[in-house]
Amino acid sequence: MFRMLQVTILLLLTGVAVAQNVSRDEIRGLDEQIQDVKKDVIDLTATLAQLEEKLLFPSNSQVAFFVSIADGQPFELESVELRLNGEIVAHHLYTYREIQSLQKGGVQKIYTGNVQTGVHPLQVRFIGKTPSGRAYQADATYQVDKAVGPKFVEISILGTESEIHFKDW
Amino acid sequence: MRISLLSVLPGPARATLRVLTVSLCTLPIFSAVAGAEEHEALRDLFFGAAMFHANQENYFDAIVALDTELAQFHRLDEPELDPFSAHLGQAEFSVGDLELSYRMHRQAGRAIEAVLKGNVSRSVRNEAAYRLARIHYHKQQPVNALHALEWIEGRVPERVRAQEQFLRARVFMQLGRFDEAVELLKDLKGEKSLAGFIEFNLGIAQLKSGEEARGILELTDLGKKRSSELAEQALYDKTNLLLGAYLMEAGELQQARPYFDRVNLEGPFSNRALLGAGWAEAHAGRYERALVPWKMLQNRKGTNESVQEAMLAVPYAFGKLDVHSTAAIHYGRALDSFGSEIDTLTASIHSIREGKFLQALRRKEATQVQHWVVALRNLPNAPETHYLLDLMASNDYQAFLHNYRDLNDLYERNEAWLKSLSAYEDIIRHRRAYYDPLLPKLDEQFRKLDARIKLRLEQRDTFAGRIEQMLVSRRPEYLATADEQAVRLAMRELRRQLAQNPQGFTEVTRSRVARLQGVLDLRLSTEYDQRLTQAYKHLQELNGEIEQLQGVYQSYVRSRQAATHSYTGYNQQITRLRAQIRNYQQRLEMLMARQGSMLEALAIEELERRRTQLESYQIKARFALADSYDRANALQEQREDQRKIEQYREAQPESLPDDNPPELEAGEGGDT
Repeated sequence: MFRMLQVTILLLLTGVAVAQNVSRDEIRGLDEQIQDVKKDVIDLTATLAQLEEKLLFPSNSQVAFFVSIADGQPFELESVELRLNGEIVAHHLYTYREIQSLQKGGVQKIYTGNVQTGVHPLQVRFIGKTPSGRAYQADATYQVDKAVGPKFVEISILGTESEIHFKDW
Repeated sequence: MRISLLSVLPGPARATLRVLTVSLCTLPIFSAVAGAEEHEALRDLFFGAAMFHANQENYFDAIVALDTELAQFHRLDEPELDPFSAHLGQAEFSVGDLELSYRMHRQAGRAIEAVLKGNVSRSVRNEAAYRLARIHYHKQQPVNALHALEWIEGRVPERVRAQEQFLRARVFMQLGRFDEAVELLKDLKGEKSLAGFIEFNLGIAQLKSGEEARGILELTDLGKKRSSELAEQALYDKTNLLLGAYLMEAGELQQARPYFDRVNLEGPFSNRALLGAGWAEAHAGRYERALVPWKMLQNRKGTNESVQEAMLAVPYAFGKLDVHSTAAIHYGRALDSFGSEIDTLTASIHSIREGKFLQALRRKEATQVQHWVVALRNLPNAPETHYLLDLMASNDYQAFLHNYRDLNDLYERNEAWLKSLSAYEDIIRHRRAYYDPLLPKLDEQFRKLDARIKLRLEQRDTFAGRIEQMLVSRRPEYLATADEQAVRLAMRELRRQLAQNPQGFTEVTRSRVARLQGVLDLRLSTEYDQRLTQAYKHLQELNGEIEQLQGVYQSYVRSRQAATHSYTGYNQQITRLRAQIRNYQQRLEMLMARQGSMLEALAIEELERRRTQLESYQIKARFALADSYDRANALQEQREDQRKIEQYREAQPESLPDDNPPELEAGEGGDT
């Protein structure tokens, strides 16, 4: 009988064996070093991010806006536009993964900037649709009352109700 | 290790199953677990922002955000007042999960062990133990995983209960305790978040625990399911393929074929299923039927191992059917294909050795598409990655790939930070240039303002003190107007003069002075209440103005501080951070080089294995081709001879006699 071939089920189900010239100990050692450097870079990045915030957005003038999607009807946000003091400060088009993340309860920090203490008009506009394809959009205005400390405002979008709610944090 | 389907032996079947068990136990469950998280009300904006990254699998950004929030929270004097406290437990565990996803097992393990040793409730401790067990399980340390699971006292929180039981079952399977795994998995049946995975593992556990019939039945039921979800359908296909291979190993050829037939023809396991279906028929001697799946397979992507095997299997079947000329044609085609693929593989090996593979891995555009590994080959000079698909799908290689890309990502982030630090130094320089000449003048003006403010504050305090005093005892003179005060002083002077020199003044003058004094005292006395009220109102107005003044004062102080803080005290920090980044960059470069060479070595080894395999196929095909030609020629000659004999027979006018003549018959009897 002409014997020649085999079906490679193991390749389907198991990890390919590690190359003979790469030992398990070497892999483990390298992996641990990679984990260490990841931890170090994470810590360093946190320090750098704090330095950046202190330099670029000092607390006495910092204002930040966050976008969230309210629970309820499934809604796919397509874009959000923010005008602060009449000027466009943010215009974001959402990717599929960002939409998914918002739907799971994530909150997007859409804009960080600097303003003086006092009242600043904020205009928000969103466009989106339901999974069935029905389009929704809405505009809303809010007075941002900036005091001495940093100002954080959550922009909560109720897509299928064509509404926008604001919350000071 | 590979499974021979040609040798039907019970031993290999058992060995196969042993390896399969280990591999199937490591089926990913993240997809199932991911959706199990409860959507709780958000109490802290920054926790939500961290989750925005986490939900998109931006593990690095999510870990940085959560680490920062946790560090700030733990530095607070009264952390329980911070809204983040509502998410503290979730955040602690999320960091562990994210570190695990970011392949930082040690860090995740340490964090969770800290939770275990901390003063926490039993429920939190149980969940921590489960998560620690999961880490050990992913590190392929089932004994440690079991130890961690043994720390669980009572029940784990509801949201991870099913996952904990499923993990426990898989740990038992890795430790060879299949009966216990079967019991756990039976209890779990019906759990929607793990649908499919439970049945798959249960079937394997039953096969391994000796309940072969039950195991086959369980897996058969699972394999009969259909889904529009690619991942679910892939699981069903994998189940059918596994069962088909298992039954072929056991010599149950007739039973094996339907399982191969159930595999989706468009799915990732279709090639192996078609090959298996063909061999199931070939072993049973039904070569015509074997040709159906094999010929379908033969026309698929030529880099696939099953397709290459089918290129030899098809002519092999034709040979068995004595169609040697067709077999020879197919062997010829196979040879051409193998030759061209060997050239491609050789070029790919060179390309990897030149570093093109790692270059392609580092490029971002390839990863934007779903099948980015395949897309790599479309990049300039990239190797033939179709040959590496199986290798790249393996757990080890996936971890290496992700680590390499993580390191590259960290390196690029750090490079961006280095540029940012230079930009920050520019900003600081500009701010210094702007504020340095401006601040001394402002400070001088401020000092004057400060002195005036202090004076006014002192005056206000004096007035306030007097009014307080007047509420206790009447002091009308305090409420005299400026003119009245002048008159009072003049009168006092006159009285002094009258006292010093009584003879120097007339009686009229003295009585006038007394009358004037009386008039003044009467006015101050009668208007006292009204004036006191007015004075109090004025003091309130003054307080309001002073408050405004103090607001301006504070605002100036803050602005002055902010101006100073915007450019002083950064230089040393930036210098230190830059040195740190550069140090990490060196480490990252070294680790990338090591991880990269490991990836290259494994890729080259895989390509060389495939090339060696194709070369051996080539040799076999050449021999088989020659053999087919010989057989085809022999058959043709045989047919030609047959044809000549028939022609000769047809040319004979009469047939030869069958029996001997009588005289010969008589001669043969001899004398008696």
